[in-house]
Amino acid sequence: MKNTLEIKNLRAGIGGTEILHSLNLTVPKGQVHAIMGKNGSGKSTLAKVMSGHPDYEVTGGDVLLDGESILGLEPDVRARAGLFMAFQYPSEIPGVTIANFLRAALNARRPEGEEVDAVEFYHHLYAKMDLLKIDRSFTSRAVNDGFSGGEKKRNEILQMAMLEPKYAVLDETDSGLDIDALKIVSHGVNSLRGPKLGILVITHYQRLLDYIVPDVVHVMVGGQIVKSGPKELALELEKKGYDWVEKDLVAA
Amino acid sequence: MSETEPKEKPDLAIDQDIGNFSYPEDYAFDAGTGLTDKTIDYICDAKDDPDWVREFRKKALKVFQQKPLPTHWASQDLQNIHFDDFRYYLSKGAKSKRTWDEVPDDVKRTFERLGIPEKERMFLAGVEAQFDSEAAYSNIKKAVEEQGVIFVGSREGLKEHPEIFRPWFGKVIPTADNKFSALNSAVFSGGSFIYVPKGVKVKHPLQAYFRINAENFGQFERTLIIVDEGAEVTYMEGCTAPKFDSVTLHSAVVELVALKGAKIQYITVQNWSPNVFNLVTKRGIAHEEAEIKWIDCNIGSRLTMKYPGVVLKGRKARGEVLSIALANNGQHQDTGAKMIHAADETSSNIISKSISIGKGRATYRGLVHIPRHLKGCKNNTECDALLINTDSRTDTYPAIVTRGEGNSVQHEASVSKVSAEQIFYMQQRGLSEGQAMSLSVNGFVNDLVRQFPMEYSVELKRLIDLEMEGSVG
Repeated sequence: MKNTLEIKNLRAGIGGTEILHSLNLTVPKGQVHAIMGKNGSGKSTLAKVMSGHPDYEVTGGDVLLDGESILGLEPDVRARAGLFMAFQYPSEIPGVTIANFLRAALNARRPEGEEVDAVEFYHHLYAKMDLLKIDRSFTSRAVNDGFSGGEKKRNEILQMAMLEPKYAVLDETDSGLDIDALKIVSHGVNSLRGPKLGILVITHYQRLLDYIVPDVVHVMVGGQIVKSGPKELALELEKKGYDWVEKDLVAA
Repeated sequence: MSETEPKEKPDLAIDQDIGNFSYPEDYAFDAGTGLTDKTIDYICDAKDDPDWVREFRKKALKVFQQKPLPTHWASQDLQNIHFDDFRYYLSKGAKSKRTWDEVPDDVKRTFERLGIPEKERMFLAGVEAQFDSEAAYSNIKKAVEEQGVIFVGSREGLKEHPEIFRPWFGKVIPTADNKFSALNSAVFSGGSFIYVPKGVKVKHPLQAYFRINAENFGQFERTLIIVDEGAEVTYMEGCTAPKFDSVTLHSAVVELVALKGAKIQYITVQNWSPNVFNLVTKRGIAHEEAEIKWIDCNIGSRLTMKYPGVVLKGRKARGEVLSIALANNGQHQDTGAKMIHAADETSSNIISKSISIGKGRATYRGLVHIPRHLKGCKNNTECDALLINTDSRTDTYPAIVTRGEGNSVQHEASVSKVSAEQIFYMQQRGLSEGQAMSLSVNGFVNDLVRQFPMEYSVELKRLIDLEMEGSVG
């Protein structure tokens, strides 16, 4: 389907152990969906499988970006097709400035030999930084090298803003953030919300969803989506705990 | 005699297309293969050498024949060099060309294929490009000539300026320094001679391009740079060689003399094809308050052994070596630096970065010597190694000998790896695996490259990109 990110009956795992068991999920453009789940429910596995991490193997089902399967593609091809992942633990790249990294990433999206105009690039970059309330000096630092947890996550959001994906997966973006950093990062994500972007927020805690208010909440248990509902579902889950869903599951 | 198989065959799975071309051999002077007294006579006759040079060469030949291969050096691969199989002299004949129009077409095509931009030539004060043994093209802009700077081939240097050339020639690096300096002293041809008079600061870098273009032909250029009191010069040397199946030997000698308060910066960016043995001796003498800086980038070759050195002879002399080595599959980069402190308050700085890819092997070999009687000497040594994939190997042998009080040395070494997670992270942003590798490597050398002149940092980045493209399956 056009304008959706669809996960259909996805089975995948690592080292011969299946973690995702026929998982189904659809994120339309213009919406924010949240996946909540306990540690070990398979949330991060989902993010890694979607983005093509080489350690994970897919044993069944499909992931469709605007109706096209992306499962057979290299991670960079998926990224250029419009899939972005904000990492839970972003890597450090010593010696490469954020500005140069972003330029390389944008150039990779152009036909070979064609490069982003430098003046245009900085114009664009500074506009996004103003939007995300990020200090200009930030871009001359090496990517994530010596960054605090909050800085790393802001850098992820800045990259998301610059690369303008069609779909973004935010993997535990709130982990390791204090309340101030959480507010700043949430503000960044909210300012990127719009009809051209579908967002999937993966989180353990409800508190992130106080700041990034989702359209739909999904609950993940044992590698499957077991319950979906409006944003109030997150609050209910917070109140009653994951046991509540699991009991429901057993009862059904 | 039966054929002996080389002990270590280089893995040639590297995309070196940029250097993989050559033009028909047409050499007016060809000394044939092998090295005897006769070869020396042939070279001397062809070059019309003065008698003192003939004598110098013949003495050197004896030293070369007597000296054993250095056994303490890094690799047994040296034993695969069959000295009798090489040609030791080739020349286009005649004198080096003065104008671009006079340069033969095939030489021009070679330059074009190397991508030496026309614009860059315009910027350069002088271009001394060595095509095989002799300088095929040399042109110094008027401004430099008017300042009294001499920038010629070594042959013209020894013939036309013996009063400056002879007193320094072979003094910084004696013939018997090592087997390969002796070899060079016996058969040298080509290379540059530069003299910068007192107080003259040469604004634009002087530049040379080197290239090997004949199978089994060793290239033995000899460069001597003398910078008089208070004068300054930057010299840049870049090498690319075409790919051949059999071994090619390159053994240069470069001598620098910085008189009181003079500054010399010598920059090398080389990209040898993977069949080249590159065994080079480079050393400078820095007199009082003088400064010698070697910037050395080694990419490619089968085996490179090169340890640029500075003898800090005068009070407050400064020496610096900044080096980058990239060892790809089947290559061994054995590089480093030597700092010989011989006066009070001298200081030296060594920063070495190496990258090992696949089965590539990088070795840092350093020597810092500060004797007991000296005061106020300083040395800083930093060696960083980057490993790309698990087969890579890196070794560091820093020999720092400090005696006496009031001298300080500092040594830091690090080894890091490009991790799979780092590559995945960059791929998730849309970079291909090769681009991601390139970016990591460029990031690793970035703080050193920033100290290079603009055009060289661009060229180096391009070379790294090319190497990384070929290294990703």
